Amino acid sequence: MYVAVKGGEKAIRNAHRLLADRRRGDRSVPALTLTQITCQLALAIDRVMSEGALYDRDLAALAVKQARGDMIEAIFLVRAYRTTLPRFGYSEPVDTGAMHIERRISATYKDLPGGQMLGPTFDYTHRLLDPELAGDAAVPDAERRDGEPARAMRVSDILAQDGLIEGDCDAQTEMPGDITREPMEFPMERDTRLQSLSRGDEGFLLALAYSTQRGYARSHPFAGEIRIGEVEVAVDMPELGFAVTIGRVQLTECQMINQFKGSSKAPPQFTRGYGLVFGQSERKAMAMALCDRAMRARELGEDIVAPAQDEEFVISHCDNVQASGFVEHLKLPHYVDFQAELELVRTMRAEHESRRDAGEPMPEAAE
Amino acid sequence: MSASNLINDRAEARRRRLSVLAQGDAALLAECWDGLGIDPECELVRGPETGLVALRGRMGGGGAPFNLGEATATRATVRLADGRTGHAMVLGRDQAKVKLAAVIDALAQDETMAARLDDAVIAPLEAAITKRDRDRAAETAATKVDFFTMVRGDD
Repeated sequence: MYVAVKGGEKAIRNAHRLLADRRRGDRSVPALTLTQITCQLALAIDRVMSEGALYDRDLAALAVKQARGDMIEAIFLVRAYRTTLPRFGYSEPVDTGAMHIERRISATYKDLPGGQMLGPTFDYTHRLLDPELAGDAAVPDAERRDGEPARAMRVSDILAQDGLIEGDCDAQTEMPGDITREPMEFPMERDTRLQSLSRGDEGFLLALAYSTQRGYARSHPFAGEIRIGEVEVAVDMPELGFAVTIGRVQLTECQMINQFKGSSKAPPQFTRGYGLVFGQSERKAMAMALCDRAMRARELGEDIVAPAQDEEFVISHCDNVQASGFVEHLKLPHYVDFQAELELVRTMRAEHESRRDAGEPMPEAAE
Repeated sequence: MSASNLINDRAEARRRRLSVLAQGDAALLAECWDGLGIDPECELVRGPETGLVALRGRMGGGGAPFNLGEATATRATVRLADGRTGHAMVLGRDQAKVKLAAVIDALAQDETMAARLDDAVIAPLEAAITKRDRDRAAETAATKVDFFTMVRGDD
């Protein structure tokens, strides 16, 4: 029996109206402006841009406001928006070596050229809630130390270290893959893995990265360098016949250096994992670098023994828009499916009881 | 100067101008432009239209390229009454700014006008960009760690 059910329209309309009401909340409290969100919740914006895979602060702020602060909902909104826009083309690869540095640290070299610059970091704070922030106390301007603009070579460019640390892989010129254009296929190459990781869910990648540290694909990592800052984006304009800088984006880059005891494919050395993420997203960039390194197991001839090394597992599950879509669809009406299963279980139960009553042996397990 | 050098110089000047226009503050650009007091007739050939540019990084920072994610970008092409065309593309969705940048690109193909635009628009924009970079660099430099070594032991 199949019964088509209608009647949700009015409830849905009223639910959305209620959502708008609750989102606005107490009308006597001023509404948040997008500028307030971009300026004062900047790292929330960065996460939405990173996992939404779309760099646009104002759009991310609108998404955060519309989603009532639900980050994955905001990311979903940004992903949906991007599908409405035409693709103009690809940028030239950004040069993170020419970054306008806002933070740059290395856990492996104390005295690296350019120095250790802490920037606006939560590190070394005591994680005590600050009651002053509940109000609007005046905040002093940042301290200055005038000198040359902060440019610093990438750690990876500084260290050849007698070949003990692997270099950048070949700068091959062929077109990198694009997961927004072609369906994913496994085994997957590193270019599309990095594209997936950069938009991957921070929590998921963080947990996997943590698992590698705890012994599941142990990779002995050091944070060779973390840098945050703006890079110029250049696009080749065919009308002009040359590339033009079209603006800047803020990125976080993490170079992870991992001890590697060698395999049939590569000698003992330090290998590297790479993280590059929109905005100031240090935890994510570090997690990305650890996951990138773990998934290079096949290339480096390591045994694949842990979840973080399984590229199909990691890449297929790191996208929180896909994941929430499939998990959350379970709350949509499944009345007919459930009726069918209910009927099935009722039949199995009746058979089970009749066998038991007749004293027949029971099957070991059934699903 | 050879003809090819001249062409290269002009291309370089154009590239630099467009890069400054793209990175410059929109409000300052509008203010500088208003200060010039010119309002050329122009026709929009394309846009301004907003779309996406796929941003690329390099594996390990210097290796093979990969696609990092996308950014919004806006582009426009204008044609002046005398037939000169100008192009601009800028990250973000500010269509008024991009249209103005394209008009400036078109106007600057005239040498005299280029000098005027460079003085009145490009130079102040560039100065503001440099100042912002210097300010931020100074604030970052103040957070630089100055390691010093503790003397240990008895002698």
